[in-house]
Amino acid sequence: MAVRHQAWPPEPAQAPAQSAGEKVRALFKSVTSTARLMVGVPDYEAYVHHRQQMHPGEPVMSYEEFFKERQNSRYGVNGGKISRCC
Amino acid sequence: MTDAKSMLGWMAVAILGAISLGIVALSRGETINAVWLVSAAICVYLIAYRFYGQFIARRVVQIDPKRPTPAMRHNDGLDYCPTDRNVLFGHHFAAIAGAGPLVGPVLAAQMGYLPGTLWLLAGVVFAGAVQDFIILWASTRRDGRSLGDMIRGEMGKTAGTVAMIGILMIMIILLAVLALVVVKALAHSPWGTFTVFATIPIAMLMGVYGRFIRPGYIAEMSVIGFVLLMASIFFGQTVAQDPTLSAMFTFSGEQLSLMLIAYGFIASVLPVWFLLAPRDYLSTFLKIGTIFGLALGILVVQPEIKMPAVTRFIDGSGPVFTGTLFPFLFITIACGAVSGFHALVSSGTTPKMLDNEANAPFIGYGAMLMESFVAIMALVAATALEPGIYFAMNSPAAIIGTTAADAAAKISSWGFMVTPEMLEQAAKDVGEGTILSRTGGAPTLAVGMAEILSGAIGGKALMAFWYHFAILFEALFILTTIDAGTRVARFMIQDLVGMFAPAFKNTKSWGANIAATTLAVAGWGYFLYEGVVDPLGGINTLWPLFGIANQMLACIALILCTVILFKLKRERYAWVTGLPMAWLAICTLTAGWQKLFHEDPKIGFLAQAQKYGDALAKGEVLAPAKDIGQMGRIVFNNYIDATMSAIFMALVIAMLAFGFMAIRAALASPTATARETLVAAE
Repeated sequence: MAVRHQAWPPEPAQAPAQSAGEKVRALFKSVTSTARLMVGVPDYEAYVHHRQQMHPGEPVMSYEEFFKERQNSRYGVNGGKISRCC
Repeated sequence: MTDAKSMLGWMAVAILGAISLGIVALSRGETINAVWLVSAAICVYLIAYRFYGQFIARRVVQIDPKRPTPAMRHNDGLDYCPTDRNVLFGHHFAAIAGAGPLVGPVLAAQMGYLPGTLWLLAGVVFAGAVQDFIILWASTRRDGRSLGDMIRGEMGKTAGTVAMIGILMIMIILLAVLALVVVKALAHSPWGTFTVFATIPIAMLMGVYGRFIRPGYIAEMSVIGFVLLMASIFFGQTVAQDPTLSAMFTFSGEQLSLMLIAYGFIASVLPVWFLLAPRDYLSTFLKIGTIFGLALGILVVQPEIKMPAVTRFIDGSGPVFTGTLFPFLFITIACGAVSGFHALVSSGTTPKMLDNEANAPFIGYGAMLMESFVAIMALVAATALEPGIYFAMNSPAAIIGTTAADAAAKISSWGFMVTPEMLEQAAKDVGEGTILSRTGGAPTLAVGMAEILSGAIGGKALMAFWYHFAILFEALFILTTIDAGTRVARFMIQDLVGMFAPAFKNTKSWGANIAATTLAVAGWGYFLYEGVVDPLGGINTLWPLFGIANQMLACIALILCTVILFKLKRERYAWVTGLPMAWLAICTLTAGWQKLFHEDPKIGFLAQAQKYGDALAKGEVLAPAKDIGQMGRIVFNNYIDATMSAIFMALVIAMLAFGFMAIRAALASPTATARETLVAAE
């Protein structure tokens, strides 16, 4: 049995009243995350947060290392992986 | 109150959809506006998603929002990470959308806009989106396992190996046919060739920037790359107009195919950050941007569809591809209606990032609907062209000749009026020497897109720019696919051969890597070169083979889905995957049979081999062969193609047999036997 890492079901996203500026910023963040994940790079902050929460005291990759690791993984440096269609 | 409101809303969508579909299906004799096609499609998608998608989610696969997903259980912030559903939708869509949904509908346009539209809509709703969604769900329930692994787990080891051979073969044919599309688009086009060549140093510059100068700054490197790309399109015009420079970048199809083969080999052994990754960034962003741009362009320009609803070529005598509506329409339009390749993507990275099972319909079913919409837009772009121009671009030289006068006379005799001046003007508009026989779909789409985009921005003056932009956009992601696909094929070959010779499996060994890469490149390179020298222009031969392979893979994926439903003791819903599975089996087997045994040499490989073989025995040379040696090669190539068809058919039949055995065993068992990962739900 795998260890459960997070509370389940997930906490509903907190939606306090947002100012227009915050909304624009949130939208921008969502668009950039989408664009980055489209090329196989997930959220770095989420990764750091995860390491700190679940593996405290263990090393955390720098953004540079994280980026390289993701790049190698997407293009199957150590094994074939189909990341796209025709 | 809200219920009543939402019901009214859905009724409005249904009525609008019915009206649009009615106009699309019934209007005859006059042109119709593309907006009707678009609105019919969108209404069908909305209704299918809301009702059929939800039916599958609730009843058939029984989505459980409380069940922890692999992303939750194995969260590592890397491969497995719970991801916002909109972000993941974008990721999944970018992974499934490619050249396939753009090329197939363009080729199918020769039968008119109606058959293609209807198959795109019915196919996606009942087959394509169902497959993508159920495979995504099945993989999510199995720790994000791949399609091959799931087949092995649910249907046995032999079935898994057979499926793996099928996947490798579709990969090889896919790479060959995509490479052929690029070759056909770039042959004798110095402008196009220059801009596509320029992408290599541009990507390398981006690669160095993103690795050493500003590591990981994707946006910066992409902007740099984009600006340089646009500059290369502008400079391409200068190249095309300068006699010395244009001579340097003018190549024949044979030359280009040899270059591509060499490129494929070198690119797939270079470090990924140097060429593959940066070009992937460019092509992904360009692809998404262009899709949005095209949608906006269609809405702004609202082009008239000039192709008739149904043309006489449904009888199988079409110049673009030969063969009757059934089964060949359903083979030609693969991606966009149903694509087996998506089963690989849906069981790849996406299930490892799904934050909640409840989002699987949105991502699996929804993204495929969007891909179908891309295919509809490609169909609009192709059918909004003057039909005479469409046929001039898509018919091989063997049928329409090589001069504008011959082509115009021939095409007008089919009932599509076109003058030599129109053909010459069209070539001039897009800055090319000729548009005749630019088969493969990409150039046609490029002209169609150029018409639409220049109608929105720039007018006639920018038409040539938009044309080469569209060519570049397609070539860019096809080259990325060739590079990445060669790597994947190499690993598959190492895996398969490794079953018999374990030393081959070692991915750290240079010898094994080079040998497997050589095998992969030789595989698609052979079919590419064969396509370039093919008497009927190559696309006519290779696209049906690719279509058969892709639909065969979809059939295999749907067999797995059906087996899983039986193993879960939900046979009363087995028709949801069983019917599309049966339809695809019928289509692939019929098409495979006809490609093998049809007596018309334009359709049947064996008939073609015999025709050239008989002539060869008499010492005659038939066009396009220029000597006896080439005659012999055409005969041999046709035997190879026939063998491929036979293998695809055998694979489908074998997988159907494995499926029936698994279903019988499942029915005999008193309890559910599907191997889902056990998780403790709270």
